[in-house]
Amino acid sequence: MNKPIEEPAVHTLTMDGQEVTFHDGETLYEISRRRGAEVPTLCYDDRLDPFGGCRLCVVQIEGMRNPVASCTTMATPDMVVHTRTDAIERHRKTLVEMVVSENPAANIDTLRGSASQELTQLRTRYGVDGTRFAGKTSGTSKKDDTNPFIFRDYDQCISCYRCVRVCAEQEGDYAISVMNRGFATQITTEFDLRLEDSAACTFCGQCVQTCPTGALGDAKAMRAETIDAPLKATRSVCPYCGVGCSVDLMSKGDKLVGIRPARDGGANEGALCVKGQFAFDFVQHPERLRTPLVRDGDTLREATWDEALDRAAAGFEKARREHGTHSTYAVASGRAPHESTYALQKFIRAGFGTNWIDNCSRA
Amino acid sequence: MSNPLRDMEKPDVIFAIGTNMTECHPVAATRLKKAVRRGAKMIVADPRRITLAEMADVYLPLRVGTDVALLLGMAHVIAREGLVDESFVAARTENIEAFLEHVRQFDPDWAESICGVPAADIEKAALLYGRAERGAIYYTLGITEHICGVDNVQSLSNLALMTGNVGREGTGINPMRGQNNIQGAGDAGGLPNNFVGFQPVTDPANAARFSEAYGREIEPIKGITKVRALERAADGELAAMIICGENTVVSDPDRHHCEKALSKLDHLVVIDLFRTETAEFADVVLPASAWAETDGVFTNTERRIQRVRAAVPPQGEAKPEWWIIGQIAKRMDIPGFDWSSAADVFNELCSLSPIYAGVDWDKAGEAKYHWPVPEKGHPGTPRLHEDEFPSANGKGKFMLVGYRDPAEVVSEEFPVWLTTGRRLQHYHTRTMTGRAGMHYFVPEETLEVHPDDVSAWGLTDGGWCRMSGTRGSVEIRVEANDRSPRGTVFCSFSFGDTPVNLLTGAGYDPITDTAELKVCPVKIEPAAARANPS
Ligand code: SF4
Ligand code: SF4
Ligand code: FES
Repeated sequence: MNKPIEEPAVHTLTMDGQEVTFHDGETLYEISRRRGAEVPTLCYDDRLDPFGGCRLCVVQIEGMRNPVASCTTMATPDMVVHTRTDAIERHRKTLVEMVVSENPAANIDTLRGSASQELTQLRTRYGVDGTRFAGKTSGTSKKDDTNPFIFRDYDQCISCYRCVRVCAEQEGDYAISVMNRGFATQITTEFDLRLEDSAACTFCGQCVQTCPTGALGDAKAMRAETIDAPLKATRSVCPYCGVGCSVDLMSKGDKLVGIRPARDGGANEGALCVKGQFAFDFVQHPERLRTPLVRDGDTLREATWDEALDRAAAGFEKARREHGTHSTYAVASGRAPHESTYALQKFIRAGFGTNWIDNCSRA
Repeated sequence: MSNPLRDMEKPDVIFAIGTNMTECHPVAATRLKKAVRRGAKMIVADPRRITLAEMADVYLPLRVGTDVALLLGMAHVIAREGLVDESFVAARTENIEAFLEHVRQFDPDWAESICGVPAADIEKAALLYGRAERGAIYYTLGITEHICGVDNVQSLSNLALMTGNVGREGTGINPMRGQNNIQGAGDAGGLPNNFVGFQPVTDPANAARFSEAYGREIEPIKGITKVRALERAADGELAAMIICGENTVVSDPDRHHCEKALSKLDHLVVIDLFRTETAEFADVVLPASAWAETDGVFTNTERRIQRVRAAVPPQGEAKPEWWIIGQIAKRMDIPGFDWSSAADVFNELCSLSPIYAGVDWDKAGEAKYHWPVPEKGHPGTPRLHEDEFPSANGKGKFMLVGYRDPAEVVSEEFPVWLTTGRRLQHYHTRTMTGRAGMHYFVPEETLEVHPDDVSAWGLTDGGWCRMSGTRGSVEIRVEANDRSPRGTVFCSFSFGDTPVNLLTGAGYDPITDTAELKVCPVKIEPAAARANPS
């Protein structure tokens, strides 16, 4: 039978002069975040195993000589931690300068992805313009990668490995791997192919949404860069399968421009698949029905709502009058929201007194 | 699902049967992958060597339609090895003696003779699942789209009951629902046998309550299923139909029959986003507002009630379906359609559904309630059957199930098994994905044929073949691929220009009327290129 899972023990430490409680297994970064201390990160994604690559999240622990990366350091009882000393902030600024020097100053549109502004924000926070260590840059753009979904601009890549790790740890797909080291580092798909030639890549878009620099971008959303309207996010649910992933519908004015996974979505916790991430443009497709249609002999012609609704109602009344209550059947949709099916079943039950309704689950 | 999605990371043994999860429920599959990476063992049963099979510890490549035989063989081994969870069985179930007696006759050698899986692998799978601390079963339409769909589900339930793998974290019998709101369509009363909240229409108390609520006497008699309604229509015994957002002509089996049925109606009203193949048969086509344009509620496969929201205005004059249906009803003087918002409609639903009694429009917005939510203040029920089962005495009953052949079996004339399914990038009849750039990945349908069969049948990889069954034939491009075993071929039903549903539809489950879409005997011959390939 079920053993209750033991509550981890609670301890205390001191962070920025305040006593804080924590559980076994928490990192210093997790504690700092819980407290709202703004410790900067670049290689961190809370869904992924701690990596400790960028060292921006360093903190000073009293009694230790060197600062430590807070995202990989477990809290221990009675530690005394400082997250924001002058020395640490200077150190962080230098790190940001080095990172930025690898990357041409660029205006990264937020349409590229959920995390795409992280580096830009750090540039602003530390007032870094990229001239201090100007010189070699790593990575080269994959200009030949013409797939319409994932934009790749490796000039912006800072080798934080978040894309690689999200692919392996979250998706279990291992489609992206890392070749070479140091300045020759380049994030690459298996065998350095185009993404669509990689058997493992399913185009779930997770790498795009975790990239902190915009080196990977949502190519579909980026088509809307020229639309001059604020970007709005509306929480909803994916329209495809029964997993019911939470998404943010990204719109500019009246245009649906893209989809983002909701990190706090109960069903998906930030994940999406190719359909949920990219298959949204049916909504504003030119072939959408825009007016009611009614039959005129062999053809369907456009009609006003009044005419079409009158025709629809008259047909059902005639059926009921001439053939009784068992004359009419309704088929509900497994895609439409509850309100659609509820209204339809009520139409049959209240209008005909039968239970002649079904949905499409049998086929 | 009996258990929430987050439980998918918790089992120590996973049994996935008839579910091509990495393509059909990809995000759920990532949770299984995580469980496997953390050391969970996985058993995968599927006629095709799907991606999950590649990750499995035990892969059971059963012949299409033989799930019951495989599961009987597994139950036999679990019983023989003394792996029955005695205390669970005693406390929570009934009919175990008869069940143990029943399975004694079905040893793995017998099962092998039917399902084709080596007896040794059946033993291995049974021992793994039988010894699990937390064993979880996942299935989809590979289990239900058979004439024996109910038998298949009951066989799985027997396995879970005998090993006590229900009602706890990381266990359960978990059907993955296919469409985004197919669960909600049932919840909202879109069923011939149930009012909202799965309240049987045949219970006089329910009939009385809804007659009162809806202001009209409702007969306490089950309605017919859609399959039977289409039959009646084809026989000229149905006058009118209203179809909401379903491309019946392409999605349902036996396309010729379906087209005949729809064209015989006096009156067909279709509500949809697009002018679908089905809309072409309509007298009136009404444009619905789409996802992202419509406020509403969906319930997912783990029974989580979630809000969908409008982000952009509807295209043209499109309107929400509840409004459209309400307008028709008002014109017919049917009372009770004076809603002014989706919230009004949903709140009315909640007021009539015991499993939604504790939620309303605002609570649905929190996206955290799993039904049943029997009263206000109730936290919801992520995990079912923790204390009892939904039967009269609260016990889980072992059912005695026997193997039956599919409705049609291979013959000299039709020697090949066709099984149908879905593809990652497409969805149903592609009314949506076909208009969202997904043809970039899968521009046309192909028939998956084992490379040895490709040469044995005189086909060429990338060339065309003609596939015929008793009801019709289609031309389709050949894709040599060893995912399907020899003698079995696979394709999806997503492409209207490759109407595989001309072939399927031999039979239906006697209880649910679910079509046997997973099994269809066919013959395959080389063909010249199709005149008008897509
Ligand atoms: S592409 Fe983006 S996520 Fe990947 S390593 Fe480079 S900067 Fe990091
Ligand atoms: S994103 Fe993919 S897995 Fe999630 S609900 Fe949509 S189709 Fe299903
Ligand atoms: S965020 Fe801690 S090392 Fe990068």
